[in-house]
Amino acid sequence: MLRLALKMLFGDTGKYLMLIAGLVFATFLMAQQAAVFCGLMSWTTATLKNVPAPIWVVEKQVEQVNETNPLLDTDVARVRSVDSIAWASPIYSGIQRVRLANGNFKIIQLIGIDATTLAGAPPKLQPGQGRLEDLRLPHAVIIDDLGRKRLASDKGRPVELGDVFELNDQEARVVGIADAMMSFTGGPYVWTTYERALQYTPAQRKMLSAVIAAPRPGVSVEQAVADIERQTGLRAFTNQGFGSSDKDFNTTTVWWYIRNTGIPISFGITVVVGFIVGMAISCQTFYSFVMENMKHLGALKAMGTSNWTLCTMLTTQAFTVGFVGYGIGMLLTGLFARAALENKQPPFYMPISVPFAVLGVILFICSLSALIGIWRVSRLEPAMVFRG
Amino acid sequence: MSDPVSPPQKPLAACIRGVTRSFGDGGTKLLVLKGVDLDVRCGDITMLVGPSGCGKTTLISIIAGTLAADDGQLEVFGNDLRKMSKAAITRFRAHTIGFIFQQFNLIPTLNCIENASVPLLIQGCSTRLAEKKARALLEQVGLGEHAKKRPSQLSGGQQQRVAIARALVHDPRLIICDEPTAALDAKNGLLVMEIFEQVARSPERAVLIVTHDNRIFSHANRIASLDDGKVTDVHDADGSSPLPDHIANLAHG
Repeated sequence: MLRLALKMLFGDTGKYLMLIAGLVFATFLMAQQAAVFCGLMSWTTATLKNVPAPIWVVEKQVEQVNETNPLLDTDVARVRSVDSIAWASPIYSGIQRVRLANGNFKIIQLIGIDATTLAGAPPKLQPGQGRLEDLRLPHAVIIDDLGRKRLASDKGRPVELGDVFELNDQEARVVGIADAMMSFTGGPYVWTTYERALQYTPAQRKMLSAVIAAPRPGVSVEQAVADIERQTGLRAFTNQGFGSSDKDFNTTTVWWYIRNTGIPISFGITVVVGFIVGMAISCQTFYSFVMENMKHLGALKAMGTSNWTLCTMLTTQAFTVGFVGYGIGMLLTGLFARAALENKQPPFYMPISVPFAVLGVILFICSLSALIGIWRVSRLEPAMVFRG
Repeated sequence: MSDPVSPPQKPLAACIRGVTRSFGDGGTKLLVLKGVDLDVRCGDITMLVGPSGCGKTTLISIIAGTLAADDGQLEVFGNDLRKMSKAAITRFRAHTIGFIFQQFNLIPTLNCIENASVPLLIQGCSTRLAEKKARALLEQVGLGEHAKKRPSQLSGGQQQRVAIARALVHDPRLIICDEPTAALDAKNGLLVMEIFEQVARSPERAVLIVTHDNRIFSHANRIASLDDGKVTDVHDADGSSPLPDHIANLAHG
């Protein structure tokens, strides 16, 4: 009977395609928008990924990594003086303007790191694209892969090692190209030494953005963070990834954006619209499908088909379109993801929970559709087939 | 004219005594069957005639177990339907009764074989065996070459022949037909009845037909007329006496 149910479903091509279209739309919209949202949120913590360090120390009012309330230069020494700290280095982080050889200006995320230890350097240089140590050379900067395109003077010729541009009227020469996560502002990352970063930046009284540090062996990061806060009065965070703890800078950064921007509402509305439209199309079309087949379902009932079998048939039909719609929707999301990851934008990050959550929502929609049909069929009197 | 209660020579398929059925409540209550007595015999084709609204459809619905009687006795092949659970009646219908509907009620997205195999699938038979039996019956009703066609590709007469194959595929002991020729023209109606009689008539099987079509009365063994919620007359159509005028007149209602 289930085969028969599927034949009834596939045979009504118009309704079948309509049902699939509604669920594909809902799946794609929910999965894609959720993934873009997660991608955007992960971009807000890009600096923490591109400047890896177990501990970030910032001014005590700072709540997220893209907010810079400068510290005093002496704060580096204060952090170093904490017993549980193995090392501490200064970080400059700020948005600057680059003047290209063709006269155009581009926004960049400038990172200044300690020249001696190179702590905070990009985690991975592209193969054959320079050496980290070359950052100590005069005017040296390392750019990320996005910078190769964005900072190119000639379209079609990406930036190569040795190319130069200007930062605050001073020369910057590319000595390395790194792989890095894209910044929230969309500008490429440019690393240089801390001292040179101060030269590239219009002078201010305080220019130290943060101090990065690591705990001594045998001391937990959480303990070291607590010690820094207690002994210096500064604010310290771990850098272990979103959701790892309340004292994690990734977690506080993402939550700051969720609480203080309209981003989640905007994406949330789109996801809800996807859910509502998908549900409306699916339920309405399935109900219409059941109603059009009521005469045949009544005949089946009269011929001795039990309510249970009819319910199983309707559920099979509803869940079949659900899985097909979900599959196609996720396939489209995958194609979108491929394009997004190749182009580096829009942001796209799909945690494993997203496809499962979307599947849950789709199955909920299918269950609701099936229930509406079951409700109608269970009330159907088999004698109705004799009434014409 | 004969008594609605059958003579003893043929076994009874259905035995109905004093069956009543009403619809609605209170002031809108309508008593449709007012104590029906009727025997349906194995080996016979029994036709049920009467004016519109006299309760024919209600009566066959009750005999088929798709509608419950309010009162009276109702036995189909010795089973008291009023004492059976809904689930048991549903199983009983699946194994014992074949249906032919006025509008055929074939599933448009299935081909003829699939449509004809439905009763066996309901019983839990394998698709392969069900379709094998369905094909054999389609051959019997002259539709072997159309077996893979969908109902929309067939004429009305051909569709009703598919419905006949469907009604017989599980070898039911009682076949209930609701106006089987009403949607057909005269030629096709007679052709369908001839084919139906050839394949359906059997000493172990009873056929009950509700009809307004007096052109097919010649196929009946017994014609019961129903009026105002009661069986008023049962005519044994064995050729020994002509069809009484009042039955012929009722049939045109």
